[in-house]
Amino acid sequence: MRYERPQTATQAAQLLANEPGLARILAGGTDVLVQMKAGMVTPDLVVDIKKIAQIGNIQSEEGGYRIGAAVSGAQLGEHAGVCAQWPGVVEAAQLIGSTQVQGRATMVGNLCNGSPAADSVPALVAANAVARITGPNGTRDCPVADIPAGPGRTTLTKGELITSVFLPARPQGAADAYLRFTPRTEMDIAVASAAVSLTLDAQGRCCEARVVLGAVAPRVVLVAEAAAALIGTHLEPPALDAMVAACRAACAPIDDKRGTVAFRTQVAGVLAKRAAVIAQTRAGAKS
Amino acid sequence: MKTIQISTTVNGDALETLCAPDETLLDVLRNRLGLTGVKEGCGTGDCGACSVTLDGRLVCSCLVLGVEADGAHIGTVEGLADHDHLHPLQRHFIDGAALQCGICTPGILVAAKALLDRNPDPSESEIRYWLAGNLCRCTGYDKIIKAVQSAAAEMRSA
Ligand SMILES: Cc1cc2nc3c(=O)[nH]c(=O)nc-3n(C[C@H](O)[C@H](O)[C@H](O)COP(=O)(O)OP(=O)(O)OC[C@H]3O[C@@H](n4cnc5c(N)ncnc54)[C@H](O)[C@@H]3O)c2cc1C
Ligand code: FES
Ligand code: FES
Repeated sequence: MRYERPQTATQAAQLLANEPGLARILAGGTDVLVQMKAGMVTPDLVVDIKKIAQIGNIQSEEGGYRIGAAVSGAQLGEHAGVCAQWPGVVEAAQLIGSTQVQGRATMVGNLCNGSPAADSVPALVAANAVARITGPNGTRDCPVADIPAGPGRTTLTKGELITSVFLPARPQGAADAYLRFTPRTEMDIAVASAAVSLTLDAQGRCCEARVVLGAVAPRVVLVAEAAAALIGTHLEPPALDAMVAACRAACAPIDDKRGTVAFRTQVAGVLAKRAAVIAQTRAGAKS
Repeated sequence: MKTIQISTTVNGDALETLCAPDETLLDVLRNRLGLTGVKEGCGTGDCGACSVTLDGRLVCSCLVLGVEADGAHIGTVEGLADHDHLHPLQRHFIDGAALQCGICTPGILVAAKALLDRNPDPSESEIRYWLAGNLCRCTGYDKIIKAVQSAAAEMRSA
């Protein structure tokens, strides 16, 4: 195995593109090292991206925030601006692992590892986050929603790496929330999860919403019908019931020892409802 | 596999060592630098026995490559005591019998110190959440939490 620590994203892309064998990008390593230890992957090349300029920084941009791909969960949680603007994204990222794992784990690693149960992904999709990608042919932007391709797979092509994720500006009266169900309160993998981002108008009516489910399908699911059920309402019980029904209809989970299809489907609806109410309360407090 | 030379600062001492690119920081500390205070419980980030600080952040050394420590500052349990004077956390763990077999103890001490460095007066639930990634099969955790609380109280009054 070769270990490289390039200084620029372009160099990283070239190293990845030119490797004939198996290459792995190393961010926090909390998935990569576990997989190496288990013998699941034996990379020929590991490209550590943490020395690339700006990749460990959070920067204000057009009223939103650009989060470098090497920013850890702990670092994200210490940023007052991101916590205020995107509390749901931060709470999702901070659910990943223990204090020790938080010191290393990145949202982009969480996204690119490709687990359908990855905690930060539903919140990033609800936030309409956009990934910036550098590859051998230059730089492009891609919605986070379009990165997962299925369990363990992404739509990134050979040589491409994500350098940052952009969280857009928010209007007044907007907020988000993320909830997951796990058998233990800490250090466990989501059986079902839900992220809701919404905006309330001056009258407290929901005028924009994104409802996203995790761990109930091979990919994260953006449920447009669930958002439509909320828009134009004050999240009264019938609106919430319609949203829950839309969420359950969008579930296509696996059946395993951690949760049956019926259980995951049921819980996804409950979590979406609770997350919507939390987001509403947060948005109300801001407006 | 080709070994790589790395320079790192461990508990304030500048050190140089060779390591293989796929060797973990845990193995480098134990096998190449002789710092056997850091323990391997699981090797997969679940137990926290291998906890160290890396540039001030608490991490599992089993989930860090040794080569990543090049140019970094590492803190291990060996750096807690001031020569013959045990750190208050170490004394309170002994006095409060907060260990039995002791394999989790170095990691818990390093983790608890990282907490108290940030927050000198954590609540019980803050201590429990912070230490959720440090597993102990012996003590049932209660004495560990109490030892951290009493060490914190002593450090605040010092
Ligand atoms: C004890 C423990 C508990 C955990 N708990 C949770 C949990 O509760 N919820 C959860 O969702 N996950 C959990 N995880 C999994 C893991 O911590 C997360 O998925 C984490 O966010 C991965 O980020 P990383 O930076 O460590 O990724 P890495 O391990 O560095 O990388 C992960 C994958 O993404 C690729 N990659 C990384 N960065 C980039 C990039 N910039 N561009 C393209 N590809 C990239 C890598 O090549 C690799 O395939 C846990 C892991 C451990 C060890
Ligand atoms: S040995 Fe590192 S967490 Fe268990
Ligand atoms: S004292 Fe034995 S594992 Fe904690």
